[in-house]
Amino acid sequence: MQRIASTLGLFPLPDAQRDRLADLKGHQKEDLIGGEEPPELTETYDAARERLIDDQHDAGLDRVVEGQARWDDFLAHPLCVHESVRTEGIVRYYDNNNFYREPVVTDELTESGDVAADLRKAAGLTDDLQAVLPGPYSLSALATDEYYGDRATFLDAVAEFLAGEAAAFPDAVETLYLLEPSLVTDAPESGEHERVRDAIDAVVGAVDAEVVVQGYWGTFDEALHGHLLDTDADALGYDLVTAEEAATDLVREHGTTDRVSLGVVDGQNTRVEEPAAVGDRVEAFREAASSGIDAAYLTPNTELFHLPVNKCVAKLRTLATAADPEVAR
Amino acid sequence: MTDTRSQFQPDDHENEHFLLTTVVGSYPKPTWLNRASDLHADHDHDFDDDDWAEAADDASRLITHEHERAGLDAVVDGEMRREEMVEFFAERIEGYEFNGPVKVWGHNYFDKPSVVEELEYDEPWLVDEYEFTAGVANRPVKVPITGPYTLASWSFDEAYGDEAELAYDLAELVNEEVTKLVEAGARYIQIDEPALATTPDDHAVVGECLERIVADIPEDVRVGLHVCYGDYSRIYPEVNDFPIDEFDVELANGDYEQIDVFTDPEFEPDLALGVTDAHVAEVESVEEIKENIKQGLKVVPPERLTVSPDCGLKLLPREVAYGKTANMVQAAREIEAELDAGEIDAEALRSGED
Repeated sequence: MQRIASTLGLFPLPDAQRDRLADLKGHQKEDLIGGEEPPELTETYDAARERLIDDQHDAGLDRVVEGQARWDDFLAHPLCVHESVRTEGIVRYYDNNNFYREPVVTDELTESGDVAADLRKAAGLTDDLQAVLPGPYSLSALATDEYYGDRATFLDAVAEFLAGEAAAFPDAVETLYLLEPSLVTDAPESGEHERVRDAIDAVVGAVDAEVVVQGYWGTFDEALHGHLLDTDADALGYDLVTAEEAATDLVREHGTTDRVSLGVVDGQNTRVEEPAAVGDRVEAFREAASSGIDAAYLTPNTELFHLPVNKCVAKLRTLATAADPEVAR
Repeated sequence: MTDTRSQFQPDDHENEHFLLTTVVGSYPKPTWLNRASDLHADHDHDFDDDDWAEAADDASRLITHEHERAGLDAVVDGEMRREEMVEFFAERIEGYEFNGPVKVWGHNYFDKPSVVEELEYDEPWLVDEYEFTAGVANRPVKVPITGPYTLASWSFDEAYGDEAELAYDLAELVNEEVTKLVEAGARYIQIDEPALATTPDDHAVVGECLERIVADIPEDVRVGLHVCYGDYSRIYPEVNDFPIDEFDVELANGDYEQIDVFTDPEFEPDLALGVTDAHVAEVESVEEIKENIKQGLKVVPPERLTVSPDCGLKLLPREVAYGKTANMVQAAREIEAELDAGEIDAEALRSGED
């Protein structure tokens, strides 16, 4: 089984750029990113991107993300900078001590190219580029709709919007992660499963890259998992930090995709795992699955912005070492 | 229940009724103190520890007296020596380590510490702060302490693997600190637990922490609990079982939409009610604050009502913080006079007849 070291993106800002951005942007709600930045901000974000990519190269990751330094609003970012969206008060980001601006969709969600533009810059700095987007279900759950009228239509529209964003990605993108924590924390009703499947397929169909659908803060319920296995996504992702037993039971019972993504280091705790222990965890999952697994992405279970910079970098090294064929053997 | 309140009523109090006026804790730092802090942090500069201690003393004296000038019955030094509510304590507890700032939102980061081994009490946290403030104050001093549940929740836990166990260990340390504060003369302790608002299902953990905190603390010491910005219906009526004299809440921010939460079943501790909004940079009028105070009288009788801002005022411009505090005290005194004169019928307010 091939092991591929990667992440879910959304890195903490490097020290130098964090201070610089705080000075340039300020600390209030209205100071957050708007989508079009003045040159000094663009330069600072360019420097942050370069640093984040260097850190991933130094650690030895197999897939390198842009780092998403501009994503002030976490997974809600692609909507928060959209011209058809008004941002309102600061609201809690899942069950964390983190907050984002609530995006309120007030008009048609057309393609913006915001994420693609950052990826084009990243493509000049690395091979093995991996893109990260919120999955359609999670992005629609993080937003408020004042335009499309009902939940189902809104989900379809968000999926179509994300498909447009993904279609604009540069050819260099090899892998696309769709982050779908809401599929776990705020699971769709059984009547919605097929629509969720179709929403994911809309995005998968828009890119010429391997697509991973990653849930976290728990795992998918059984019925939803079945529908996710039916999507065109190449791999499903499981959080083995918060839900190892449930995820293992799920794949023992129902099998999984040929390729999987495994959240094997804790993205929300500074304790740095031993690569050998991470390897054992991966192996145990592979053995439990009732279907064969050809390749496993090894990732943190969540985005990495929850950690201070030094621990984030240490976790990257753990993942790279655990994925090293020498260690794996 | 032991009366822990009357010790805070000034001898020359002008009215028959007494609403205890106080603040939650933090207050805007004078600009020069922030400059001094920057100089102190700059190793290339010769602004040394003694210079910083002198600046912090001066600021504490200044804000304590500012609170007295506003007329507060129980004062705080505005937490002039503290930067953040977790960091300050973690720096003083053996077993914590700092790895760098962590994002909360936008460019607001805080130094979220890691618990890397079993925690131990090392040096006193607040005794010097209390003794200094009490030494310069002409009014009783309240001591706010970040609670163990918040100290646990807002840290990375590398050592315990169980947040409740970590919180209980921290509660033992808080108990040790409160014991020392009481020996130094403190009679009013406030435990700040904002993290409970975000994970209200853990109210039993907070209750158990409080039991540990108050163990062997003399009964005449007033112990309050402050919880802000959450859905109080998820922790009430469980709060009634907590071993506290006073529960301090933020409700001005939400226009008292949640006040009815506390009317059924009957509210047992004293109520410390937020009557000015800590996140609006506009000084509410005395009249407006009086209406807010009356909201509290729906829950408890006047002799069990404490009046305070919603939360710490540190993010406001200083003149606004002072304006809110002074108007709050004036509003409380006017309500007392109206109660004395029978112009306000507290019983009717409480029974919902007014």
